[in-house]
Amino acid sequence: MLSRVADSLYWTSRYLERAEHTARLLDLNLNLTLDQSSQVAEQRWRLVMSSLRSIEPDVSPCDAYCLTDHLTFNTDNKDSLVSCVTAARENARQVRELINSEMWEQLNRLYLRVRRARIEGVFAQPHEFYRAVEEGSHLFQGITDSTMSHGEGWHFIQLGRYIERASATATLLDINLRALLDGPGQSAGGQDYISWVALLKSCTAFESYCQTYTADLRPERIAEFLLLNPQLPRSVRFAAERIETSLQAVARLTNARQTGRAERLAGRLRATLDYSQVDEIMADNVHNYLENIQRQCAQIHFAVHQQYIAYSVEAALAS
Amino acid sequence: MFAAAGVPRPQYDALFRRLLELQPSELKQRQQTADIGFLNQGITFTVYGHDEGTEKIFPYDLLPRIITSGEWATIEKGLTQRITALNLFLKDIYHDGKILNDGVIPREMVYSCKHYRREMRGVRVRRDIYVSVVGTDLVRLGDGQFAVLEDNLRVPSGVSYMLANRQVMKKVLPGLFGSYNVRPIDHYGQELLSTLRALAPSARRDPTIVLLTPGVFNSAYYEHTFLARQMGVELVEGRDLLVHDNIVYMRTTAGLRRVDVIYRRVDDDFLDPLAFRRDSTLGVPGLFNAYRAGNVAMANAIGTGVADDKALYAYAPAIIKYYLAEDPVLPNVETFLLDDEKQRRHVLENLHKLVVKAVGESGGYGMLIGPHSDAEQREEFRRRILSDPRNYIAQPTLALSRAPCFIDGQVEARHVDLRPYILYGERVKIVPGGLTRVALRRGSLVVNSSQGGGSKDTWVLSE
Repeated sequence: MLSRVADSLYWTSRYLERAEHTARLLDLNLNLTLDQSSQVAEQRWRLVMSSLRSIEPDVSPCDAYCLTDHLTFNTDNKDSLVSCVTAARENARQVRELINSEMWEQLNRLYLRVRRARIEGVFAQPHEFYRAVEEGSHLFQGITDSTMSHGEGWHFIQLGRYIERASATATLLDINLRALLDGPGQSAGGQDYISWVALLKSCTAFESYCQTYTADLRPERIAEFLLLNPQLPRSVRFAAERIETSLQAVARLTNARQTGRAERLAGRLRATLDYSQVDEIMADNVHNYLENIQRQCAQIHFAVHQQYIAYSVEAALAS
Repeated sequence: MFAAAGVPRPQYDALFRRLLELQPSELKQRQQTADIGFLNQGITFTVYGHDEGTEKIFPYDLLPRIITSGEWATIEKGLTQRITALNLFLKDIYHDGKILNDGVIPREMVYSCKHYRREMRGVRVRRDIYVSVVGTDLVRLGDGQFAVLEDNLRVPSGVSYMLANRQVMKKVLPGLFGSYNVRPIDHYGQELLSTLRALAPSARRDPTIVLLTPGVFNSAYYEHTFLARQMGVELVEGRDLLVHDNIVYMRTTAGLRRVDVIYRRVDDDFLDPLAFRRDSTLGVPGLFNAYRAGNVAMANAIGTGVADDKALYAYAPAIIKYYLAEDPVLPNVETFLLDDEKQRRHVLENLHKLVVKAVGESGGYGMLIGPHSDAEQREEFRRRILSDPRNYIAQPTLALSRAPCFIDGQVEARHVDLRPYILYGERVKIVPGGLTRVALRRGSLVVNSSQGGGSKDTWVLSE
């Protein structure tokens, strides 16, 4: 497979995953801040901004409307929802002949939907819009998995999605744990209760958490669930396993003679998560632990790029 | 279609009788079936100068154009002769220049040509085949004879429509198709592949062939993807290729892979920013050196455009005679060269009757159709001709032949031309068929897809 093609497939799904994550966070937060004091609402927005690693726009004061616009429609912000969906579509368009019509049409529909939307309408009825984006992304994934042949291209799509997901979930957890654990108590009652629920819902994990641990919300259980649960599709461990599997498949399909750096890094990340204990992580420095995970995700991304996309000509000729 | 009023030519007899049987509504319904077929398959082209949503389907006309085996035999013979001679001509002007020394063609005519590539002087081309993929435009004149209107020797397009038209035709009018003995064309992809294979450097046993496209924004991008799929070769862009030690590689996830033959759909100018246009981002730096070293073959060769310069076109009969000592089987259309004073005076006096074309242009751009022009346009062209006579030629306005077309629920006659596709690898091969282009506007003589033309399936009958 041409390197350019693999790169486009990777970024198509990575950008789409990012758009979906942004949509879910905004949807939740706009709902949550409805019945909050302005002081609490301001804190929540700061949390969302940091979780998305976004920088506040140069407008001051920037209220909820302004932030929603910035994170959704501002095309100068390359991480805004519209920018991400546009970038995903543009990448897919470059390899239009290699993805099937069903996938293309779904992505195009989503693109047209978000380009048509305006901030006034979305702010008035946020849930409808963000829900459509989340569903659009899910539909694309479903169509991809059930219609595209699960070869090299499909594995690059998996890599894009799960590298983005592992990194985003680790960031989200890091920011939220810091804000919530430094708060008054660890009882998870009242105001905090709402925040913990929001964190779980940001990973579509609230209902499965309740099934696993009952509705008794405890920080270390929540951390364990989002970080180490092997069955939750949005947990870091789940994503790490998928990353490793896809990298092994790509190596096999490209007849790699030796284990590459990307594969080794992915193996290390998966093993770290496999053998970690949540009590130890919490007792030690949880912030360092999560930052380390984010760093490893970035390393895997660069290693994939170095190994399959932008490798040096000299190295390739020598091997 | 008709020999005389109400009497169809023998080859159109079955079609004529079938048309009498069919209700217009039924025809209309089949036309819709065909259109939907094109749309769903995404068989589109891009019109430049518009914004988003520039992809259009190429209008398809339901009724086939029929060519008898006798007519085809002449076309095949004439095109083979012409391509053979033009290849000899290209080799000659880039090496010894005998035809120039013998004064058959004025030296400055060749050297002043926009598409002449000085860099190709003395470069050895594999098998001495410069042009291996051609789409020659033929027209049928008043006397029923086919004549050559244009040799497209650079990057001719449209072959995918020829193939798609046939696919759709077989689905939409199977009964009619079956009642004729039509020669198949579906093997074009394989023939193209074996032609390209024949061009590979001789030491390369199992050559890697790629199709080089300018990318998704090119008007013929659909065709590039289609042909790559038909041949089972990689569709690459300039940024996928790189040159190291005069060897061309493509960048794949499994490492660098050597490339032996490039079927390039990128114009000369944009192929290599080090050798040609420096602002080109579509090309591959160093490609020309690799080519000159004989490490990679290209179809078509660089610099072939000189032989389809519209002014040199006038010399094609002389070229055939010079190299093959034969008379041309297919005549040229009468052409006036405007840097000849006497011819220029004649043309300027008769602008309202003639067609004027810029020599280096294609796609129906930069031309004046005298009878359909107003005084202002003619004045504009008069000025352009006088300021740069070498850049223009003039031809009589041709009475292009017409063929029946299904338009707005009725059968009407429209002007057509014919573009057969010629391949030249080990030998010249012509798939029996071609793209019949139709000027869909009543009375219009311009058939180019970029100018509102359409196309129809072309049937070559076997004996």
